[in-house]
Amino acid sequence: MSEKVLMKGNEAFSEAAIRGGCRYYFGYPITPQNEIPEYMSRELPKHGGSFIQAESEICAINMAYGAAAAGGRVFITSSSPGIALMQEGLSFLASAEVPTVVMNVSRCGPGIGGIQPGQADYFQATRGGGNGDYRIPVFAPASLQEGVDLVFEAMELSDKWRNPFFIFTDGILGQMMEPVKLPEKLPDIKREDIKKHKPWALTGYGENDAERNTVISLRIQPDVLEKHVHKLFEKYERAEKELCRVESFGLEDADVVIVAYGIVARIAKEAIEILAEQGIKVGLIRPISLWPFPYNEFKKLSRNTKVVISAELSMGQLIEDVKLGVGERFPVRLVGRTGGMIPSSLEIAERTKKILEEIGG
Amino acid sequence: MQPIFEYTKGMIPGETNYCPGCTHGISHRLIMETLDEMGKLGHTIGVGPIGCSVLAHKYMNVDMLEAAHGRAPAVASGIKRVHSDSLVFTYQGDGDLASIGAAEIIHAAARGEKITTFFINNAIYGMTGGQMAPTTLIGQKSTTTQSGRTIEHAGAPMRVCELLATLDGAVYVERVALNSPANIGKAKKAARRAFEIQDKKLGFSFVEFISTCPTNWGVSPIDAMSFLTEKMLPYFPLGVFKTPEGEK
Repeated sequence: MSEKVLMKGNEAFSEAAIRGGCRYYFGYPITPQNEIPEYMSRELPKHGGSFIQAESEICAINMAYGAAAAGGRVFITSSSPGIALMQEGLSFLASAEVPTVVMNVSRCGPGIGGIQPGQADYFQATRGGGNGDYRIPVFAPASLQEGVDLVFEAMELSDKWRNPFFIFTDGILGQMMEPVKLPEKLPDIKREDIKKHKPWALTGYGENDAERNTVISLRIQPDVLEKHVHKLFEKYERAEKELCRVESFGLEDADVVIVAYGIVARIAKEAIEILAEQGIKVGLIRPISLWPFPYNEFKKLSRNTKVVISAELSMGQLIEDVKLGVGERFPVRLVGRTGGMIPSSLEIAERTKKILEEIGG
Repeated sequence: MQPIFEYTKGMIPGETNYCPGCTHGISHRLIMETLDEMGKLGHTIGVGPIGCSVLAHKYMNVDMLEAAHGRAPAVASGIKRVHSDSLVFTYQGDGDLASIGAAEIIHAAARGEKITTFFINNAIYGMTGGQMAPTTLIGQKSTTTQSGRTIEHAGAPMRVCELLATLDGAVYVERVALNSPANIGKAKKAARRAFEIQDKKLGFSFVEFISTCPTNWGVSPIDAMSFLTEKMLPYFPLGVFKTPEGEK
């Protein structure tokens, strides 16, 4: 670990990706993530890497598909409308089992929406915005340090799982500055060593009539395709067990449990302190992995829980997973803002109190 | 005894899914023979399209990726960044390249990507069953221009070579046809030159093959050759549109 440095989120995440082995980045300008293509265009060549300013996000994800299928380690980013354009490619990558880390520095929609932070891409991220049966693990950091650590780790995990990985962050984390400790840079993998690490990669099969590789997603016979999708889902089943991550506290004796991820979880923590001063016990569940979702954490809710609140920068997307976790045991309510409006800790505290009163707490 | 003819190692033996009279088989083989003769089969990565040749990876004996519809030049650009000393090519039809992938091909050419694109122009969508392509001729019938394409309704067909030749990054642009032994010989020479230009890292190279689709044109293989020669070639003139400066 190096010493702490003060960095802007987008630049810290970029540097974490490079230290995690990213040598290929393809991107298209979109606010609020423009510092990333700028940083990568400047820094990647210093590491023997390559940057292309793509003609669209559709092309960026397909350049990623090519470079990653060729054995390179790829990190790409965009913001909400751009991530929507990448969905076709993500479905191909998932089917062809090609790794790539994709970060959404999300803003708000629908449509072109606005450039202020939002979390309304939750369904898109966790349910799969592309066609077909597939899954993409999603990590949602709540601080720059966590974002740095998750980007760095996801670079390795994506290769290990041979699957795209999502980092779901937002315009606040992308634009804010915080001190971070950057991880040590991983050693470079030489071009001639790619096959050792990734025997499936497209490198050209060389001189000795070695077996050639193909990277495909077309399986025109239904039985063959079904078998392939079943194989993918065996992997996703393992991922559900191994990749689930969550932070929680105060669940044993809480009157209210707030569920929130990313930047909202940080605001919620302050709201919980405000409510504690007023004698209201509030616990927190902060999913770090949005898929797989930490449903099991909800088993820890005590029978005295009066209500579970989903706090999110959307009109009720996270809440669907919260309801799946809670089942019929407790009422579930939404504290949502949208359009780029950010609730203060005071607002979350007051709305929590009001919900408690309404349900007769 | 010395064999006087051998089937190229560049093609994987077996039947293809192509219809009788379709020229995909010819273009596949002359591209792969070229790579074989250059000793490059083991040092090439191909990118296939969506369309009739979506299964090209089953026939072409090189490492291959199957791209989404129109995206092959973007995918190939990514591959080339990792393997800058390998040959990287895309093989794309007219719907794939000139319609849904128009942005990808133009920008790959504009960036001067050191890749080669083979463009199969048969003036129709094959795999989906004969709809109008960007290269469908005026008056030509398709399932979406049932009385024949009109300029008023769909505009005039695109001449892709002429379009790409305006871009500085596209250093070699040639249109060939697969309608006679002589033209097939020229087509193979064009493929070789395109790969050699890539190998020398001079820029983007592009070869358009004027091809047939007897099934979706609704004619016999022989009549398809006549249609190619009599109708397509007057609109899509053969020739070299661009060569690298200083190339000999």
